Amino acid sequence: MSDIAFDISSRVGKPWKKPPFVKRAWLRWTLILGFIAYLIAAYMTIEVNWSRVYEGLERGKQFILAFTAPDFTSRSGDIYEGMVESIVMTVAASVVGIAISIPIALGAARNVAPLPVYLICRGIIAVSRALQEIIVAILLVAIFGFGPLAGFLTLSFATIGFLSKLLAEDIESMDKVQAEAIKASGARWTQWINYGVQPQVMPRLIGLSIYRIDINFRESAILGLVGAGGIGATLNTAFDRYEYDTAAAILLIIIVIVMALEYVSGIVRARVQ
Amino acid sequence: MPVQERGGQKVWQRRSGRESLWHWVMWLIGVAIFAYCWQQISEATTWFFVYDAPRIANDIWTRATPPRWEYITQLGKPIWDTLNIATLGTIIALILAVPVAFLAARNTTPSALIIRPIALLIIVSTRSINSLIWALLLIAIIGPGVFAGVIAIAIRSIGFCAKLLYEAIEEIDETQVEAITATGASRWQVMAYGIVPQILPAFAGIAVFRWDINIRESTVLGLVGAGGIGLQLSSSLNVLAWPQVSLILLVILAAVVISEWVSAKVRGAII
Repeated sequence: MSDIAFDISSRVGKPWKKPPFVKRAWLRWTLILGFIAYLIAAYMTIEVNWSRVYEGLERGKQFILAFTAPDFTSRSGDIYEGMVESIVMTVAASVVGIAISIPIALGAARNVAPLPVYLICRGIIAVSRALQEIIVAILLVAIFGFGPLAGFLTLSFATIGFLSKLLAEDIESMDKVQAEAIKASGARWTQWINYGVQPQVMPRLIGLSIYRIDINFRESAILGLVGAGGIGATLNTAFDRYEYDTAAAILLIIIVIVMALEYVSGIVRARVQ
Repeated sequence: MPVQERGGQKVWQRRSGRESLWHWVMWLIGVAIFAYCWQQISEATTWFFVYDAPRIANDIWTRATPPRWEYITQLGKPIWDTLNIATLGTIIALILAVPVAFLAARNTTPSALIIRPIALLIIVSTRSINSLIWALLLIAIIGPGVFAGVIAIAIRSIGFCAKLLYEAIEEIDETQVEAITATGASRWQVMAYGIVPQILPAFAGIAVFRWDINIRESTVLGLVGAGGIGLQLSSSLNVLAWPQVSLILLVILAAVVISEWVSAKVRGAII
């Protein structure tokens, strides 16, 4: 704040004022005015059918009430099958995705890989991160047909982008001294990776993997909407038939599983770090 | 240190015998689970379609290129809708997330026994359900359209924003709060002058970060009928208009890249 002249005489005797978050006045006012203008423009262009919304409130109430009496039994067969398929897809895709993303992460770390390999691996990561799961799933369903295989491939592909990027960042910020010590003992490249690099990034890899399993499970719940297997199809049908009690049951199962996964991942991450 | 006698010489081992046995058993169980899962997937797959996949992929590629560029004139309104869904959804989510975060943070919650678990439950349940599912639900309740998309994005983002925000609140510097309290400030004044200035940068960062994610998510909300460019994508897919599909995918890709760039710039400026 040395660039703003501190004129003490003008401040004496006046009450203190909170300094604004954005310091430059013109920028502050442009941001505020632009924001208000945008809000007005957005509000004008959104068509809301208020009578339809009002009618919907009754259905909304029914849905919330359905949570107090979820129906696990009448569609238990479908729910069970969908859930097993979701979990199977999650596990298989996480294993394959993690297995593929480790070499890609090594390739995408500038201190391990030479420049051409680095660029290729970074390219793979960028493509995988830019495409969303659901769009990839649509394309893969068109190519491989309906079923969990498309979902499995989608989740594996998405896992690669996520895990490789974060793991590569961790490898890049590792402690050089340890890796150098291993190299100085005359280790081969594979030994260097195994004893110099891998022990340093292992806690992060485990933490990220478990986090990704959690994400994959959540994503597997929607892949069914486009026919890529899992619980999503069952959920979609339940909504279409206005069977809110069944939908509530499925949502509760998803929430419980996600909570359990989060709990487990918290314990595991606390233990490995 | 695990050392093994081999031919009269001591050889260093990475793990002791018990440890390596334990590792081996864990790997065995892991591989068995994976094999079972793979078998399940394989059973549910029509392998004929998979063998045919390269031909189909090639076919789709030839149909989809070149993209139908003139179709872009019809995409202006959907893109504006998508932007609105993401931005308004983020704003509503932030307004709702702030009180939830204050109720969930250990150092500001009025009651750690009753209110904090409720706030945490709100955070977990809104976070664990994808925005597409929220959209599906809201369409069943309030009908299809942009409004359902806005609300779906808002609900989904509450948990995310509140979680990051309450972690920021828990990490604040207590001495500043104490200093404000020592001046005789009321509870709300402590909040406004002791806590809020400390979490404001984190708040701005979270807002922009979530906005970026929401742009991404709102591009596909239309697939279930909640407005935005996804609506065009789904109708083009339904009539197998592949040149339009490829153009829409390019537009979505551009939107994602631009929003990520904007959010990275803004976060860089704040932090």
